[in-house]
Amino acid sequence: MALRLSSDHLQDVVAHARETFPHECCGLLAGRDGRVVRVCRGRNVDESPYTYRLDDRQLLQFLREMDQDGLDIVGIYHSHTASEATPSRTDVARAFYPEAVYVIISLQHPEHPVVRGFRIVDGTVAEEDVIVQ
Amino acid sequence: MATVYVPAPLRRQTGGQSRVQVPGTTVREVLANLGTVYPGVGAQVQDEAGHVRAYINIFVNGNEMRTLRGEDTPVGPQDEVSIIPAMAGGLVALGTAGR
Repeated sequence: MALRLSSDHLQDVVAHARETFPHECCGLLAGRDGRVVRVCRGRNVDESPYTYRLDDRQLLQFLREMDQDGLDIVGIYHSHTASEATPSRTDVARAFYPEAVYVIISLQHPEHPVVRGFRIVDGTVAEEDVIVQ
Repeated sequence: MATVYVPAPLRRQTGGQSRVQVPGTTVREVLANLGTVYPGVGAQVQDEAGHVRAYINIFVNGNEMRTLRGEDTPVGPQDEVSIIPAMAGGLVALGTAGR
């Protein structure tokens, strides 16, 4: 299933990537049936250009709020600050949310950010369409 | 007996239930019993030796268990144990880096 989001949501995640540069950003995309309803900006506790780990307590809070609002994790996003928008081996190894689309924002060419989505299930990566509408 | 909060990604293994009641007086016992009732969850949460996997976070009432007494953290009937797989990735740390 493709991931659908508004242009505001797209601008929000790209802005988040730019704001945390040179470190990677990360966050959740909450929604229903593959459509993003809100962006949950996370805190990357690694504060690193190379890795991310969303603050665990913040993650618990996000998940509870989403449960209360009847929303699912439709996407998980993070940025690549100097490489293309494809999952790294570590991204794949640590993909514990098979029902989410993993969205990567590449700032390899900062004036032209690239956003792509992938579903990662049991180590297998398949690109998903990210549709802005 | 404690309440275990199961996040959406693990609910396929609990028949869609977000909260389940599990007997046990410590985190270790609760997780072991959880794995007995729901083997699919157990395999994702614990390794072959029965220890919580590195990228699984266990919270007791919102406090990560490693900041408490780890798997020996006591739990009672009023306590809620939450199982949260980490959201993480990156270039390094597996020793096989490469993007």
